[in-house]
Amino acid sequence: MQCDSAFEMLDAYLDGELSLDTSAALQGHLNACAWCSAHVADTARLQRALRSARGHFVPRAEFRQRIQKQVAPSRRRVWILPWVPMAAAMAAMAVFVFLSIGHRQTSDAIAEIADLHVNALASANQVDVVSTDRHTVKPWFQGRIPFTFNLPEFSGTDFTLVGGRMAYFHQQPGAQLIVSIHQHKISVLIFQESAGMEREFPRSAGVDRRTSFGMETWQSEKLRFVLVSDADPSGIDNLARLFKEANQ
Amino acid sequence: MDAEFFEGAALPLFDQLYNLAHWLTGDRTDAEDLVQETYAKALKGIESFQEGTNFRAWMCRILRNTFLTSRSGLKVQKTVFLDDEESDAAVPAHSITPEFIALQVENSQLVINAIAALPIIYREVVLLCDVDELSYKEIAQVLAVPIGTVMSRLSRARNLLKQALIVQTTGRSPYAV
Repeated sequence: MQCDSAFEMLDAYLDGELSLDTSAALQGHLNACAWCSAHVADTARLQRALRSARGHFVPRAEFRQRIQKQVAPSRRRVWILPWVPMAAAMAAMAVFVFLSIGHRQTSDAIAEIADLHVNALASANQVDVVSTDRHTVKPWFQGRIPFTFNLPEFSGTDFTLVGGRMAYFHQQPGAQLIVSIHQHKISVLIFQESAGMEREFPRSAGVDRRTSFGMETWQSEKLRFVLVSDADPSGIDNLARLFKEANQ
Repeated sequence: MDAEFFEGAALPLFDQLYNLAHWLTGDRTDAEDLVQETYAKALKGIESFQEGTNFRAWMCRILRNTFLTSRSGLKVQKTVFLDDEESDAAVPAHSITPEFIALQVENSQLVINAIAALPIIYREVVLLCDVDELSYKEIAQVLAVPIGTVMSRLSRARNLLKQALIVQTTGRSPYAV
């Protein structure tokens, strides 16, 4: 793929709007082109920053009530106990607020993780320490991150360790390992579990609607593991199992 | 499609629609008027909503069209739609060199100011995509333009934001020699 035709698709690539084939072709170009990959990394940072515009303006409570009244279908119901509808409405609102806050936290955390993955792959230096040897990669993190973790043995599996790099999630340092399976790359991100993190991540594996990346995440001891990739779900699942076994 | 369906589907969009309205109008009173009119129009026209199509995009479209015909909407159109839209596609691929610049995105106030300063046709596309997370297809429905136009406007909008974020922090254009 040539730079000019790739350039026009970079935004669509980040927005998850390209077909799998085109996306793969563009990924090939990004691996070779430092300029386009820097552009993608920049745009991903911008997109993350733009989330601060979400919910930036909050409607007044009186205005909310006015709209609710305007929209409510005219019901001719006689409430014997006047406090029942009010209590029901308050309960419903509490549930709604709880769910919507939870949902927003979840999607923000997932988006941040997806950005870390895209950033790493789009970067000219995908990894800071290049090695297929786990005994080289693990010690490299010593002194760079405030915790340690175990790397599984990859020999005899479909997986190859590409290397590792530093990653920051919520301003906390962590490890990002790049593992390849066939032509796909999987990011394994490891951070210290912090308060509230459990709520930010889904309990089960899934696909991020916005980026179409597959994800799997779990907590082990005090560490949070997140796997993200465009590889097929069984590949992500197998790698997750290896990491779970190594870090029991 | 009846009033009860409308209530269930439209009320959860209230905060999002209000945020969008305030971003478009830049003013609380105008935003409230716009949201109220949007709900009134949507409720009245709910029969024309086709089940199975995207309700959120439908509501955003009503809000956006209502905005364009409102007083504040007409005012901004006078100033921006004079812009030659053909210039959308004319961003030369390597005109800016991102690897040498650091975007000042950590300061959210700078980001907020940069969005507010965007011309309306770029502000709306960035809000719909990056803030409201509509797909290109949905945005194309809201703006009533082809998907190709969504893509070129979006790319131009993001480039404008990047430029604004560099200029704001250095206080001068980085491209000036």
